[in-house]
Amino acid sequence: MTATLHVSVWRGGAVGSLAAYDVPAQDSQTVLDVVTYIQRHLEPTLSYRFACRVGMCGSCAMTVNGVPRWTCRTHVRRVASGGRLELRPLENLPVIKDLAVDMSDFFGKWSRAHGAFAPAAGLGEDFARVAPESPERQAASAGIECIGCGVCYAACDVVRWNPDFLGPAALNRAWTLVNDCRDGDGAARLRAVAGDAGCHACHSQQSCALYCPKQLDPTAAIAGLKRATAKAALWGKL
Amino acid sequence: MSWPARNHPNYWAFLLHRVSGLLLALFLPLHFWALGTAIEGAARFDGFLRWTSAPLVKLAEIGLVVLLAAHLTGGLRLLAIEFLAWRRWQKTAVALSAGASLAMGLVFLLNLF
Amino acid sequence: MGARGETWLWILQRATAAVLAGAVLVHLATLVYAVRQGLSAAAILARTEGNLAWLGFYLLFATAAALHAGIGLRTVLREATPWRGPSLDVAVLLLAFAIAAAGWRAAFGLFA
Repeated sequence: MTATLHVSVWRGGAVGSLAAYDVPAQDSQTVLDVVTYIQRHLEPTLSYRFACRVGMCGSCAMTVNGVPRWTCRTHVRRVASGGRLELRPLENLPVIKDLAVDMSDFFGKWSRAHGAFAPAAGLGEDFARVAPESPERQAASAGIECIGCGVCYAACDVVRWNPDFLGPAALNRAWTLVNDCRDGDGAARLRAVAGDAGCHACHSQQSCALYCPKQLDPTAAIAGLKRATAKAALWGKL
Repeated sequence: MSWPARNHPNYWAFLLHRVSGLLLALFLPLHFWALGTAIEGAARFDGFLRWTSAPLVKLAEIGLVVLLAAHLTGGLRLLAIEFLAWRRWQKTAVALSAGASLAMGLVFLLNLF
Repeated sequence: MGARGETWLWILQRATAAVLAGAVLVHLATLVYAVRQGLSAAAILARTEGNLAWLGFYLLFATAAALHAGIGLRTVLREATPWRGPSLDVAVLLLAFAIAAAGWRAAFGLFA
């Protein structure tokens, strides 16, 4: 490994430019370590976002050498070819400043996709019994570990071409709830995720699944929604 | 997202499907119109068929057959992704699509020359 | 077009895809066979003239292809251009009908 990393970092908002910094290379260094070094020693006004540093909170995603990644668990030696790093904010979201983007659209679409659990049972009713091996529980489990980092959303060309598209994360969330037998939102959620802004806009390019740091497969979840909404339409229940 | 980030088999499969679909959609009206006109008499039809055996036209036809085979296999791949609960199949499916379309083109090629 | 309409377009696109998958295989096989026989008008017309099965096949094939092409073009146009809304839907519907009509004309030409 080279002793010095040559790092270009986006400075500015929607309009801006790359600024160059030299950062000492270290063993087991993450991309987030590099950004933090720049902010503490070279450029105190650099804006970026992080919280947990251990891959749980989903706040530190950036574009690293052209690919959206969680920076806290991305080792420099895995992604910096020739000791060079180019750091930009996530794509498909408005830039606030430097490496921080406005996630309002991203989370707004979660609520538009009915991403909130709507309990079917009232207070005082008995516990729901969910068989761990049931297909529905398995389908929900496959998508439940999303940390909301926005990597899939930044990687999706359908989001870029169709700004109304709810995106992989929101649709993945909706699919986990469609498979939750305790949820009572049913047809209303299917209506919210159907059509051109929803699951039917997806072309199965699968960049979301390729770059998801949690190795989830939003394409498979969206395919599930396509089938469920089509079935509802065929039965006149959409 | 930069182009290197899009450089993966499923994205290439998407591009191939879109480009082949667009070209086929443009070709389809020409194909129907030419066939419908040529067919009005056996002599005229034969003249049309002779025209299609000119080398450049023939090359274009091989291209069309490859496009059709690619769009067919790519479409079967999409139906599999959407309707079957397969997960790790996709890469194999991409390879099969490419292979099958190439094979179709070659079959046509071998029969023509 | 609302979410329900878009869902139906998706269903129609997959249904025509399934029809076309079988039809294109038959078409490719016929094509290779015809080329091997030395591609002549007489041979093609001998196969199709007065044959109701081939007429039905080509009518179904042309209709499915026209619908599939129309819906596909609509998707591409909506993603690649600012053209949306009812004017696009009507234009695509007319185009699909024109393609289908040209296909039916060719199919009846082969039959009669």
